[in-house]
Amino acid sequence: MSSSQLPALQVVLPLLGAVICAFLRRGTLAWGVALCVTWTMPVIALSMLWQVLATGPISYAMGGWAPPWGIEYRVDMLSGFVLFLVSGVAAVIIPFARKSIATEIDSTRQAWFYTMYLLSLCGLLGITITGDAFNVFVFLEISSLSTYVMIALGRDRRALLAAYQYLIVGTIGATFYVLGVGILYSLTGSLNMVDISSRLGELGFQPPVLAAVAFLFVGISLKLALFPLHSWLPGAYAYAPSFATAFLAASATKVAVYLLVRYFFSVFSVSQIFEGLPVSEILIVLSVAGMIGASLVAVFQEDVKRMLAYSSVAQIGYMTLGIGLANKQGLTGGIVHLFNHAITKAALFLAVGAIVYRMKTCKIDDFAGLGRRMPLTMGVFVLAGLSIIGTPGTAGFVSKWFLAVGALEEGWWWLVAIVMVSSLISVVYIGRVIEIAWFREAKPIADNAREPPASMLLPMLFLAGCVVYFGFATSMSAGYASKAAAHLLGAEQAIEVPAAAGTKQ
Amino acid sequence: MNPFIHELIAHYNQWITIFLMVSGLYIVIAKDNMVKKLVGLSLFQTSVYLLYISPGKILGGTPPIMDPKFSVYSNPLPHVLILTAIVVGVATLALGLALVVRINEAYGTIEEDEIFARGEEE
Repeated sequence: MSSSQLPALQVVLPLLGAVICAFLRRGTLAWGVALCVTWTMPVIALSMLWQVLATGPISYAMGGWAPPWGIEYRVDMLSGFVLFLVSGVAAVIIPFARKSIATEIDSTRQAWFYTMYLLSLCGLLGITITGDAFNVFVFLEISSLSTYVMIALGRDRRALLAAYQYLIVGTIGATFYVLGVGILYSLTGSLNMVDISSRLGELGFQPPVLAAVAFLFVGISLKLALFPLHSWLPGAYAYAPSFATAFLAASATKVAVYLLVRYFFSVFSVSQIFEGLPVSEILIVLSVAGMIGASLVAVFQEDVKRMLAYSSVAQIGYMTLGIGLANKQGLTGGIVHLFNHAITKAALFLAVGAIVYRMKTCKIDDFAGLGRRMPLTMGVFVLAGLSIIGTPGTAGFVSKWFLAVGALEEGWWWLVAIVMVSSLISVVYIGRVIEIAWFREAKPIADNAREPPASMLLPMLFLAGCVVYFGFATSMSAGYASKAAAHLLGAEQAIEVPAAAGTKQ
Repeated sequence: MNPFIHELIAHYNQWITIFLMVSGLYIVIAKDNMVKKLVGLSLFQTSVYLLYISPGKILGGTPPIMDPKFSVYSNPLPHVLILTAIVVGVATLALGLALVVRINEAYGTIEEDEIFARGEEE
């Protein structure tokens, strides 16, 4: 019986944990609660994932109200994968938080930070698990509002400005999303994604669907920082507390990408709305522009966090490129890049967080000589940097390989060339940091720089290990992603069953 | 009556929605004052409430309580959805205003252009 309640627990536990954190008021105690909650999350996600692999998608009726009237929690191949990814990365990096947060946030505010972190986790897992379009909006706002607060808790006063700008852009994005859902609702009379999809199919093409598609896609693209809607991201990542940056980089944009995949393939593709519409083409052009443009901007940054933030915008381009290609290899590349980039960026931001912990700065010039002072931390940075570039033997190579194969399947040689060019630009910006850190004399500011404590070092090393492991053992990540991709592309057949069940009632 | 004008009048609720939406979005983009931006954002969100609620009402329809005397019911679900959206809107506005207060403490101004002009020197 208890195992049947897992989908609800996945969301309710972080919500309860957040309330407890808010009452505790002591930073370390709140961290303990956050640690306990975060560590149960991947266990729940993994057991649901096993159940999905064994018996097919889980459908959970929230509060006992049967879908499509009640809110349905739906775990399938893709959402189970993203749930495990988000909760898994969070569980790996949470030990890092205590010391990092203790130095970066006033002691009176630390408990609030963990409250916001757990709320954000709750929202992100909720977006992923729910099968109800309006429920997605609610969770989107839960995670966004708590994220704005996390960013505003950064030391620099510019963090306040970054949080404000993200609030404006994020709210516009969420409102666009809810506008799109509203139009879909008035067309189909349903909020359940599976139900919307089958009803759209019966309805055939109607002009208002176009408006709904436009609102939904622009709204979600604002959230996932698709180029050129990325203006909020660099400021938010650069000035947020280091732990928050690592958490957000590994989870928030990934969940938004998941949402885009969900709408693209599970809701709209089935009903043949996109035939004759250049949605894929627009997505590919914007992805390519982001891959090149944002990478070039990253080269000229003076702040390592900001540089990595622009690199994230470029890397998101790879994921949306996979969605735009919409063939099996390309989509596999997009989904596996979701996974690979999450662990890679988490490792990079943790390494920078450890340097901020020791040096209180993350200017590129201050990294001089750190290669010898903090060899393990910089080693993690180099390894994860190689994965961003896409060197064979690291996780980043695997996803780029699938994307290139997917592009070749369409006969688009130029796209492969662009992926290569974007990788070469990332050699420049990652190489620049490596050159300064390993081949320059240390500045006086680095005099007492040494390796961070074990609680910060171990999560980094673990993630770096994952980056290498998933560079070789591709059967687990890429194998699973290709199954999920096949499932999404073959969704036309899979969708028939619940639609028939809905009409019976 | 001219069918075009009839269309215009029949959808007057939609026109109000579009007017609120566009003016809200315009204020967010055009204004430098951070409080005014938040007012625009609120207006923009409010337009969505109307978009949801107005199609849910059927003229002459009653609340959906089963009774042999009534046969036309209005849809109550949009109201429930928008109650949630109003709560979200209030929370967003409150957080936004709190951030503006903190920005005013840190920078001494709430004009975005003044802060950006200063930010370049830092």
